[in-house]
Amino acid sequence: MHMALPSASKHEKLSSVEKGFGPGKVIPAARTVEFLETVIRSGDRIIHEGDNQKQGDFLIEQLARMNPSKIHDLELCASCLGLPEHLDLFENGLASRVNFAYAGPVGARLAEMVFDGKVKIGAIHTYVELYARYFAELIPDVVCLVAIEADRDGNLYTGGNTEETPALIEAATFRGAIVVVQVNKIVDKVSRVDIPGEWVDFVVESPKPFHLEALFTKDPAMIDETRILMAMMTMKGIYAKYLPKVLNHGVGFNTAAIELLLPTYGVELGLKGKACTHWALNPHPTMIPAIKTGFVEAIACIGGEVGMERFVSAHPEIFPLGRDGNLRSNRFFGQITGHFADMFVGATLQIDPLGNSSTVTASRLVGFGGAPNFGAENRSRRHLSPAFLKAGKEAHGHEAMPQGRKLVVQIVETFQAANKPTFLERLEAWDAMEKAGFEIPPVMIYGDDVSHIVTEEGIANLLLCRSFEEREQAVRGVAGFTPVGLKRDHKAVENLRDRGIIQRAEDLGIRKSDASRDRLAALSIHDLVRWSGGLYNPPSRFRNW
Amino acid sequence: MEHLKWEFDGGVNPPAPGKSPCMVGVVASSNLEVLAQPADLGGKCRFEVATTVAHFDEAWKAVFEDFMERQKPRDVIFAINDFAAIPPVVSIRLDQAWETLSAS
Repeated sequence: MHMALPSASKHEKLSSVEKGFGPGKVIPAARTVEFLETVIRSGDRIIHEGDNQKQGDFLIEQLARMNPSKIHDLELCASCLGLPEHLDLFENGLASRVNFAYAGPVGARLAEMVFDGKVKIGAIHTYVELYARYFAELIPDVVCLVAIEADRDGNLYTGGNTEETPALIEAATFRGAIVVVQVNKIVDKVSRVDIPGEWVDFVVESPKPFHLEALFTKDPAMIDETRILMAMMTMKGIYAKYLPKVLNHGVGFNTAAIELLLPTYGVELGLKGKACTHWALNPHPTMIPAIKTGFVEAIACIGGEVGMERFVSAHPEIFPLGRDGNLRSNRFFGQITGHFADMFVGATLQIDPLGNSSTVTASRLVGFGGAPNFGAENRSRRHLSPAFLKAGKEAHGHEAMPQGRKLVVQIVETFQAANKPTFLERLEAWDAMEKAGFEIPPVMIYGDDVSHIVTEEGIANLLLCRSFEEREQAVRGVAGFTPVGLKRDHKAVENLRDRGIIQRAEDLGIRKSDASRDRLAALSIHDLVRWSGGLYNPPSRFRNW
Repeated sequence: MEHLKWEFDGGVNPPAPGKSPCMVGVVASSNLEVLAQPADLGGKCRFEVATTVAHFDEAWKAVFEDFMERQKPRDVIFAINDFAAIPPVVSIRLDQAWETLSAS
């Protein structure tokens, strides 16, 4: 009979813990630093769980307090560098190298530290890319995870915010990594088993519940007429034309505007039942009116959303629920689901004349999160999806081999502030590349992945462009009063407009005065609560009544 | 506060007959209000701007030229109170005002 044994290094680490802490999986919170110094060796690769929603705040605080004379040269891998302590690990001399996908909140400090040589970036990844590398060559030594509950056998309840826990633990536990989990509560019996205890080595009850960001909550009060105009053009010019059934929306206000227009303008356009029925999406509060009016058949969730728990549980026909009645999300699966959707609609900070876009600027290394996988042509074989076939005909109809095409739509205002154009001749990603020593610029979505760019000036359909020159003029033709827009070739742009490659609001039969807030199904967070029948419970910072 | 003024020739479309002045927008951060009123300017069109932000004369001019080119209005005064609106918002507000003034 053959018994599988832990690897020599894991075996040694486990015996050291048993010597120092006694048997069992539960580690007292007060001794977490000492415990971490027992299971971590210099040079180890540490995966820390934290994405743009949930963050293992207690474990990263404790990791940052380890003694650098004992432990140094760690390689930190984390989807989202969301907390100051992620960078304290480098400031304190514990870690030297980082692999990540997104660094929104600490992007400015990260840029400074990288340019000063304090942090060496392995790479800025997409979520899926980073998870994939954990299975291929970034095999971890120690993995620090987050859950809501654990029992003494290590069974975990991760609930609505399960997110990336299954992907990270899968990459760890079958490769002999040590798995440590911070939990809000150690209980006798978990609400449901999201992760089997056999996969978990140690659990620590954190002094307070883990950090959870309400990233997907967009206040309808912030949606102005420009966003409504862009949303209406997108819905009439793209949604009603291609009738995409499976969609992913980004986190911004532009897509929130579309979500709130589905029950009003979407119905006028005849979209109900024909488009936007299936989604890869978190439980966006701005989707409540569309769900309540029967627009939506099913939503696959990448993560949860604070305050949406009761609303989600009340809609088992829409959301994936466990036997306990609570949401189950999965970031790896959700990302893949979105990747193979008919359409992605998102936004960005900068776009160049060929349609390349990035959120990385010269002063902020924010990374990309989910957009690159959601917003990428997927070379799908889904020949039965009409949206996919129609887009494919536009893109490849003139070629010998017919192909489908995913729709990848970027909605941006041409300016973010008076002196901050969205359209630039050269992305600041190039400057970031030079300063950080990357081999290639950190581009979020490449121009040839993009099918449409929508601005307040109109829609540019890049699928119909037959050369780089045409694509460039199509981008310039919707870039408004930015320097990129002012440098357009007026004749070429008029030609593109005649061919329907550029469409203005008036070409779509939309008047500027049609873009009014009256059209939004909800004008405030309070309206969303009413739509939900009182089930949506927004975080206090969104309550003003 | 900065006060700017432009006049343009070449408009061909007068306001609809008997129209009273109309107002669109709001003076709030990143926004503006446009008061559009019919006036006998001998075929010209006038833009009067009061703005909180200096040094954007070229941007204003570009927005007005584009608006004139697209809508070709004549005999209208557009009085603008601006609170740091970005150019596309200015453009949309002008279109909204003109849509009201030119509708019969």
